[in-house]
Amino acid sequence: MLEVKNLKATINSKEILKGLDIFIKPGELHAIMGPNGSGKSTLANVLSGKTGYEISGLLKYKGENLEEIPIDERAQKGIFLAFQYPTEIPGVNTSNFLKTSLNKVRKARGEKELDTLSFLKKIKVISKELGIDERMLSRQLNVGFSGGEKKKNEILQMKILEPNLIILDETDSGLDIDALKTVANGVNSSRDKKKSFLIITHYQRLLNYIKPDFVHVLANGKIVKSGSMELAEQLEKTGYREIS
Amino acid sequence: MKNQNIDSIQEYKYGFSTDIENIKAPKGLTKKTIEFISEIKKEPKWMLEWRLKAFDRLKVSKEPNWQKPKFPKIDYQDLYYYSAPKSMKEKPKSLDDVDPKLIETYKKLGIPLNEQKRLSGVAVDAVFDSVSVATTFKDELTKKGIIFCPISEAIQKHPDLVKKYLGSVIPINDHYFATLNSAVFTDGSFVYIPPNTRCPMELSTYFRINASETGQFERTLIIADKGSYVSYLEGCTAPMRDENQLHAANVELIALDDAEIKYSTVQNWYPGDKEGKGGIYNFVTKRGACRGKNSKISWTQVETGSAITWKYPSCILQGDNSVGEFYSIAITNNYQKADTGTKMIHLGKNTKSKIISKGISAGKADNTYRGLVDIGRKASNSRNYTQCDSLLMGNKCGAHTVPYIKNKNSSSTIEHEATTSKINEDQLFYCNQRGLDQEEAVSLIVNGFCKDVLQQLPMEFAVEAQKLVGISLEGSVG
Repeated sequence: MLEVKNLKATINSKEILKGLDIFIKPGELHAIMGPNGSGKSTLANVLSGKTGYEISGLLKYKGENLEEIPIDERAQKGIFLAFQYPTEIPGVNTSNFLKTSLNKVRKARGEKELDTLSFLKKIKVISKELGIDERMLSRQLNVGFSGGEKKKNEILQMKILEPNLIILDETDSGLDIDALKTVANGVNSSRDKKKSFLIITHYQRLLNYIKPDFVHVLANGKIVKSGSMELAEQLEKTGYREIS
Repeated sequence: MKNQNIDSIQEYKYGFSTDIENIKAPKGLTKKTIEFISEIKKEPKWMLEWRLKAFDRLKVSKEPNWQKPKFPKIDYQDLYYYSAPKSMKEKPKSLDDVDPKLIETYKKLGIPLNEQKRLSGVAVDAVFDSVSVATTFKDELTKKGIIFCPISEAIQKHPDLVKKYLGSVIPINDHYFATLNSAVFTDGSFVYIPPNTRCPMELSTYFRINASETGQFERTLIIADKGSYVSYLEGCTAPMRDENQLHAANVELIALDDAEIKYSTVQNWYPGDKEGKGGIYNFVTKRGACRGKNSKISWTQVETGSAITWKYPSCILQGDNSVGEFYSIAITNNYQKADTGTKMIHLGKNTKSKIISKGISAGKADNTYRGLVDIGRKASNSRNYTQCDSLLMGNKCGAHTVPYIKNKNSSSTIEHEATTSKINEDQLFYCNQRGLDQEEAVSLIVNGFCKDVLQQLPMEFAVEAQKLVGISLEGSVG
């Protein structure tokens, strides 16, 4: 699904990623943990195609070189980023935004666009499944949403768009236990053989609810250690200093 | 990263011109020209006298120069003041007699005039250069006593109404361009809604400039008698030409007791090319008088076209409890300039006004909101609320807010809020990450920014306006 080799990323002449390797197969769930400033969010940005970075190294998604592919086309090909800080877009209705987004992705996949009625039906089912209050959908996108609502909205979008590679950028930070469970529930119910997850997190907390296949430690722009769930547990006890 | 393709920007869609034989007035601004216009329109004598009075006034008045956008000197003697298709010399009795080229032109503009294909629920008056080509749904409206016809026809058929109200809101000595219009106006729409009548459909006028070296001097007069309601919309387009063309319109609205007029504009005159060459000078005077108690006038404008837009649709709130509203979106891209806003003159007691202005500036464009709120001595318990938001795209454009506030009554209140923001990288990234390309993302964000105004438009036009907002800004980010 995702093949990253010797990935380097520089912004404002500062090198953030310094030769990162990661290999994710379909169906796998990887967690990346790391201290502040280790390059976690940069990795999420670079994978989704955000501009402004100077990039070198290999970056392949489903066997295709991502380098020349802009953000929107990556999204249409099935790369989804759940944002750490979902931005507010005043005046834009959440439900309409989702519909526009879904139909762009469906069109790219060669599927028929959904009309309003079938879309609303679909979104109703998924909101219910996630325990999301439907009234959220008629509000302006992320405007005045609580931290929890914003993150739930990201998970809702993830469920609706049915992407293949899902990157969660510190989705767990700042969440109360209920919202955390909604997020975990959304991820767990989406896991299947065709989807891969890359979960970026600062704490082990989320991994109590989502069981990763692999855990990596990112420090100073590189993966310094990889292992299983035990690695996360060890980190929780010893902190990052021991490793990096 | 793939470059956003600048070459793929959609050209101005309405930039074609219609090859048609015209009758023109002799070039230049003279008494002869005015007599020519009056004669070809078969006007009564009083109308000609009125025009000549304005012309005398014009000789001693000067163009205003306080506005922000400056423009090269206009040679008023080098313009045509009347141009009309030859086939329109004798007014066609029905649509079948109208030159097919004209019907085709409107079809291309998305305004079908044929009986079968007409926009449902919308009556259209189609003005081509200096004449009205056709007016649809006339019979249905006549049954209700509603008059909807070209103003040239109203001058002949309803002289009493025209005499009583024409120039009663915009006097002929108002300012240079208003006076110029009074002297040489050619066509436009006339609307009269009888007492206690709700106009059953949207009325609209579609203005098209076609001939070159020609100014368009539109005159519109709308009267809503006691207890009546009308919603009116105008649209405008012009061919792409390297020269600048002048459109100097006067629009007067009169609302009597308990009457309401909703006036919407979607202005999409040719804005000039990417280097700022050509485009329309849109110098327009629009003013409404809430003469009666409890009357209401609401202006909604979406200004996306023209090289220079210079207009302040205003409300004179004379009647007690009358309400004035102004909702505006002004978009300027490339080298376009807009200086627009409103005037709310509170004279009656308990009068209310609301101003919502959204200015969007991209490229090297300049966008000014200029607005006056004037609460008179006798206007007790009156209120105004103003909100001005500006959105900047890129770092070569400008946005300015120039409010003039006068409150002469201590029981009245005025509120003014203003914001300026830049289109946000994070918002664009978010939209892109959900599969929207750059143009779609910009269109979505800007439409969101304009939502408060867009939702004021009649449903039939809101969708078109939304698309227009997107198209006007194509290529502005990337």
